[in-house]
Amino acid sequence: METALSASRSDACAVIVEHGAERHLRWADSELIGTGDVDTFQVSVVSVVGDRVGAVTVSGRADRAEIVAVVRAAEAAARQAPPAEDARPLPAPGAESPHWDAALPAPSSAVLAGLVDQLTEGFARARRNGQALYGYAEHRRRTTFLGTSTGVRLRHDDRAGYLELTAGDRDGTPAWTNAVTTEFDDVSVRELQDELDRRLRWGRRSIELPPGRYECLLPPSAVADLMNYAYTTAGARAAAQGRSVYSRPGGRTRVGEVLSDVPLTLRSDPAADRLRCSPFLVTSSSTGTRSVFDNGLPLGPTSWWERGRLRSLVHTRASAEELGAPLTPMVDNLVLDGPPGGGDTAELIARTRRGLLLTSLWYIREVDLATMALTGLTRDGVFLVEEGEVVGAVHNFRFNDSPLAMVGRVVEVGRTLPTRARDWGDAVGPTAMPMLRVRDVRLTAVTHAR
Amino acid sequence: MDHPVPRRPVPMTTRPRRATACEPGFDTLPADQLTAAALHRASRLGARYADVRLRRVRTLRERVRDARPEGSQVGVESGAGVRVLVNGTWGFAAGPDLSVGGLAELAARACELARMLRPLRRDPVRLAPEPVGAPATWESPCEVDPFEVPAGDRVALLAGWCEALRAGGLDLAEAYLQVFRESTVYRDSAGRSVRQRRTWLHPMAVGFRIDSAGGGFDSMRTLGPPIARGWEYLRGTGWDWAAELARMPRDLAAKRAAPPVEPGVYDLVIDPTNLWLTIHETVGHATELDRMLGREAAFAGRSFVTPEDVGTLRYGSPAMTVIADRTTPYGLATVGYDDEGVAARSWPLIAEGVLVGVQHDRQTAGVAGLDRSTGCAYAESYRHLPVQRMPNVSLCAVPGGPDTAELIGRVRDGLYVVGDNSFSVDMERVNFQFTAQRFYRIRDGRLDGQVRDAAYTGATLEFWRSLEAVGGPQTWLLSGASQCGKAQPLQLAAAGHGCPAALFRQVRVTSTRMEVTR
Repeated sequence: METALSASRSDACAVIVEHGAERHLRWADSELIGTGDVDTFQVSVVSVVGDRVGAVTVSGRADRAEIVAVVRAAEAAARQAPPAEDARPLPAPGAESPHWDAALPAPSSAVLAGLVDQLTEGFARARRNGQALYGYAEHRRRTTFLGTSTGVRLRHDDRAGYLELTAGDRDGTPAWTNAVTTEFDDVSVRELQDELDRRLRWGRRSIELPPGRYECLLPPSAVADLMNYAYTTAGARAAAQGRSVYSRPGGRTRVGEVLSDVPLTLRSDPAADRLRCSPFLVTSSSTGTRSVFDNGLPLGPTSWWERGRLRSLVHTRASAEELGAPLTPMVDNLVLDGPPGGGDTAELIARTRRGLLLTSLWYIREVDLATMALTGLTRDGVFLVEEGEVVGAVHNFRFNDSPLAMVGRVVEVGRTLPTRARDWGDAVGPTAMPMLRVRDVRLTAVTHAR
Repeated sequence: MDHPVPRRPVPMTTRPRRATACEPGFDTLPADQLTAAALHRASRLGARYADVRLRRVRTLRERVRDARPEGSQVGVESGAGVRVLVNGTWGFAAGPDLSVGGLAELAARACELARMLRPLRRDPVRLAPEPVGAPATWESPCEVDPFEVPAGDRVALLAGWCEALRAGGLDLAEAYLQVFRESTVYRDSAGRSVRQRRTWLHPMAVGFRIDSAGGGFDSMRTLGPPIARGWEYLRGTGWDWAAELARMPRDLAAKRAAPPVEPGVYDLVIDPTNLWLTIHETVGHATELDRMLGREAAFAGRSFVTPEDVGTLRYGSPAMTVIADRTTPYGLATVGYDDEGVAARSWPLIAEGVLVGVQHDRQTAGVAGLDRSTGCAYAESYRHLPVQRMPNVSLCAVPGGPDTAELIGRVRDGLYVVGDNSFSVDMERVNFQFTAQRFYRIRDGRLDGQVRDAAYTGATLEFWRSLEAVGGPQTWLLSGASQCGKAQPLQLAAAGHGCPAALFRQVRVTSTRMEVTR
């Protein structure tokens, strides 16, 4: 870090150092099929020459000479580049990270060892019950350092664990569940299997239904997938240019518009419990929603929707200044809340007269940017609920619908829980979502794929 | 009547070339010492088999909006991955420390992991046999090194593309460029030794027409595919960018003014700029053996195809012949050797409509008891364990076959489908939905303007069995997917797909707008 900053000859410089370590396991048909014990080390240098910028990222062992070479390469790239539209002075330093010099954490083998014991038992149980288990677990620790020529010295330590488990038997549809954790000390494979067994029992009775519009109970993972689309497309500049679902005629945006009559709040907060993410902006390349010139910008609680109303879009400093809007930078976590007292899955099922309980969504793709129309599929469990009881399993469906249209059809919101989007994975960081009851979800085709 | 951009057919054979370009800091590594350190340590610690990959991936990303750069980044990722078999159980460790000590340490960690995971292994891993050849080198063709092109020139070219679109009346234009270079040194405990390098790039321009008064917008992007070439590709070698950029504003204006499609059943003439993606999703992934064996069941999914279907399954009409090939010139999945040291080859997947082959690597071939791998192992980076990935999978043209206009001429009531767009397919590769950049109405054998908001949907076997005719070599185009995701942790890989224009009868078409209300 200091080597790079002291070597810099540019007008301004930002250096990002990322040190990471990951352990992962993958299994299929109740047997290990893949594993990894992986270290990463990466240095990114962002050099600013006037209003031009160059960025170079390298990974690998780096001595002083190599670090200096990276700085020179970034400076050369900056000198060759045309002026950048988002050029701004780098942010001034705020509070320094108190643990700047603390030792780097490393994943503990004990974390995986405990999981191996649990999975060994789980595989045996599955075989006894005529089932096969499939799944994946990962444990990751990553430390990010940011230093800039303006004096910023910030550090963020990130720990994340994830496990997903699929069970299949010969009788019906597979069942899927997942668990978000940090150290796996709160993950019970046995309890996850109990849940899968319950769902496999639900699947013993098969029911055929035609395509159509159905009331659906969307579980947190599926909601996370949909909300990630709503969040990642919420760039203010694109909206003001008229090329986003958040655009209105005349170069205006939909900020202030009511999206849902239900008081849904979509928010980000770096300090959110069990969802911590970097409290400062760090990026090695500019996009429509992030700017390298904003490196070190402090991030705080931000409401994107407030009680059903669109409150903010994602801004860089440049777009906020240009559009005269409050600065609301992108934060790497996402939470959707409903009114207090939201129920759990069992309570929402019990309150369902007739509807479909979904498990997860898969292979979601944008069909129409102007409406944020998406297509995708249900996966690993669609269950018909009648008069408060699950009465059987239905085949999978293709859906064609828009998250922003769907939030307008939300009729009940469950309890918000940490989850991970199945299709998006961890691409947008930690999420916490509730189950949503949505009327008239457009299920446009049937598939018997399992 | 509109005509597609003229294309030259691509020859179907290639010979590996000796590596010539220099990758500073990687080519000078003491590769023999490093790999020997890992293999020796693994052997001492009880590994029956081990392989080592030293890999450097260089990436370059440029993004230009109108005439202004919006983001530019150069990345270099280097490191080593060591894979071992101890007591029939896999272990894998990877890290960025390319020193003798670092490689030995990775081997030790991989062996330790394999021992720890032994309780989760049921059957010992069996790799399909593979002969050991002489040490080999290979490099993909690249006349002008894109990494040597000054940043200002790169941005200027992309800005010029944007300006061409704006000059044509578009309200907004963006251009992107992604360049990828992968350098690999591979060694294994059986004595296989490979050094290879490949380069591909993916340029794209997107134009927007925005109705600022009434609201709403439409976009369209270039159809030029990602390809394993150098900077010469952006200068017009292999694709006529100037012609495409010149016509895009007119095409987008016509799309904006087009009536919505009437949902129903239509005959489709599908241009290769769209059909490649349908091949990727419904043939490429469906013929992967690891899916058939359930190894992707929890993530990327299974396949409706089973190993027992080989030789008997009527996949499509007799007009359908599909080749898997890791040697296609300029193909995104073209290599000299895979990440298990298996030499690149070509083999049939579907012959005259019948499934005759599948794809596998040494591990999946071993599980299935097959004699030899088809060479489909690939790891995205040093950080990733090799998994089975798709080769180039291409639909064959018919020598002397019809051109696109002739295919259109056979249709009384249908659509001509141009350019890939949205895509989605179910977990067994059966139910699909694809949109396009442009849908043209066909009436009585002639194009009759565009329609909008269309998607074609169906089931894989039904669709391919409805294939009536494929075009001749003059309609054949090599395209591909530069970022295909699979496995956990997620790995991206590139796969090329060549195909001619093709005529399908009675395919269901839906309206994407009618199915979604605000």
